[in-house]
This record gives sequence, C-alpha cells and structure tokens, in this order.
Amino acid sequence: MRSLFAVAMLSGAFSLLSALLFVTLDAVDVAFTEAAVGAGISTVLMLGTMALTARFERHASHSPALPLFVVTLTGAAIIYGTLDMPNFGDPAAPVHQHVAPEYFERSPHEIGVPNVVTGILASYRGYDTMGETAVVFSAGVGVMLLLSGLRRRKRKGDPDEDTQNKGGKA
Amino acid sequence: MTEFTLSFIVGHMNYWLFTLLMMTGLYIVVDKGNLVKKIVGLNMFQTAVFMLYISMGKVTGGTAPIFPTDMNIDPEAVYSNPLPHVLILTAIVVGIATTSLGLALIVRIREEYHTIEEALIQKIELEKATREIREFGETMGGPE
Repeated sequence: MRSLFAVAMLSGAFSLLSALLFVTLDAVDVAFTEAAVGAGISTVLMLGTMALTARFERHASHSPALPLFVVTLTGAAIIYGTLDMPNFGDPAAPVHQHVAPEYFERSPHEIGVPNVVTGILASYRGYDTMGETAVVFSAGVGVMLLLSGLRRRKRKGDPDEDTQNKGGKA
Repeated sequence: MTEFTLSFIVGHMNYWLFTLLMMTGLYIVVDKGNLVKKIVGLNMFQTAVFMLYISMGKVTGGTAPIFPTDMNIDPEAVYSNPLPHVLILTAIVVGIATTSLGLALIVRIREEYHTIEEALIQKIELEKATREIREFGETMGGPE
C-alpha cells in the first residue's frame, strides 16, 4: 500500500478493533484507553506528521527474504516459549495466585473504590503512575525541542512551503 | 515433552495468534523503508504485546474487576485479574509518548534530508561521507 493516509486510517481501525477485543477479555479500562489513545490521538499525530512530511511511500526494491527469516526465527522462539504457559482462562494459572487475590480482598476496605483497576493504579501502584507521568512529560519536552524551531527554519529556507505545525504534546 | 492435545492447542491458540500479530509488526519494522510505516509496525507490535498480557489475566467465567457500587461483594463472583490491566494502562500511555517522539523525529529527519525513506537517507549519508573524505581525507592523514 503506497498511500500513507490509508495506512494511518487502517492503523486507527486496528486500534479500535483491538479495543473491542479488550472488552471481551474483561479489560474495560484498557479498552477505552486504547480507543481514545490508540485510535484517537495516535491517528491524529500520524496525520499531522504526514501533513509535515510526505503522503506517499516510494517503491522499495529489496528482497524480503532476510526480514522474513529473522521474523520467522523470532516467532518460532516465542512460540516455543509459550509451550510452558498455562491454558487460556485457567483460574489456577500462577498469575492469579500471588498478589491478585490479596488486592481483591484488601481494596474494598482499604481504598473503597469499586473499580479494582483504579484502586491499584492510583493507590497501590501509585509510584508507577507517577513514573509514567514523568515519561510522558519528558516525551512532551522532547517533541517540543525537536519541533520548536521548525516553523522559523522553514520560513528562512523556502517561504512557499506550507508551515502548519502540530502541538506534539500527548 | 509437552503433549499436543486438543485442549492444549485451543488453550494456547491466543498466545500463538498474538505472536503472529507481533511478528507481523516486527516484519513491517524490519522490511519497510518508509519511516511512518515503521512507526505503524511498532504500534502493531506493541498492541500485540498488550493483547498477550490482557489474555493472561482473563479467567474463564470471570467478569471485569469492578465491584458493585454498594460494595456488597458476592463471594461467589469470579473476576479477571486486574494486575495486567493496570500494567497495560501504563504501557499504552507510555506507548503514545514514544510514538509521538518517534513521529517528531521523523518530521526533523524530513527537514534535514527532504525524505522519509530509509534507502534515500542512507544514500545521502553515503554521498556526504564520500564528499567529506575526498575533501578532507588528505589533511586527516588518510591515503591520497
């Protein structure tokens, strides 16, 4: 597919479908985050990038044999690794035995929020969320540093080109 | 050695399908020369990892880990594991942060090289290096 616009739209549709998959897997919080962030913001960012760069891909001329080989090898290694995994939906799987029951038991009277995911995210694992905001902040600073002089430099170079800029903050 | 019974195959199909999706993303990253397409491939890879994690948290017959608002919790109720959900919520937000940084880098690369194709960027780099060697090679102590 040569049109990058179609690529961006398809990746948005993919995100929306994966959000539906998350709903069926009982992860409603993840589903609406994915729908808002994956299908919404990242599509907008991609369209903004296309407006600033190029709309079509040039034809690539190299053999896909080596990438296919690398990908097949990696995939085979990962599938070999999954052979030790418990069955899908198994209540006796190790992941359900360790801390999850404790969170279920403690969060109603320690946090008092009906949504256990919110309770863990904002309280028990609050430091993770703080680290996450630090990551988002530094990414925002990075985007602003990369794009800050863009409009000025463009005007100096070729004044005819379109000078629309995007606010890169996520 | 693992026995490949029907229940084993059905129970592991989720891991295998998500691995397939993951490898599709990896293939796009490795094979495609267009930088925007590479980012899309990276996003696909990332979403496949999210799916893998969320599918591990699923319990058969379970429901979303949300208690009734009056907090009268039915002891018989089965809930899916909330921990992967928390982890992936954080990962999605970090993912969009890295994606936006990558796209900003693409904009900057385009400004410098006037292209977002990997092959052309490498060609320009090679030309630049050859020109510099021709110009300064002697003074830097190289041959000729």
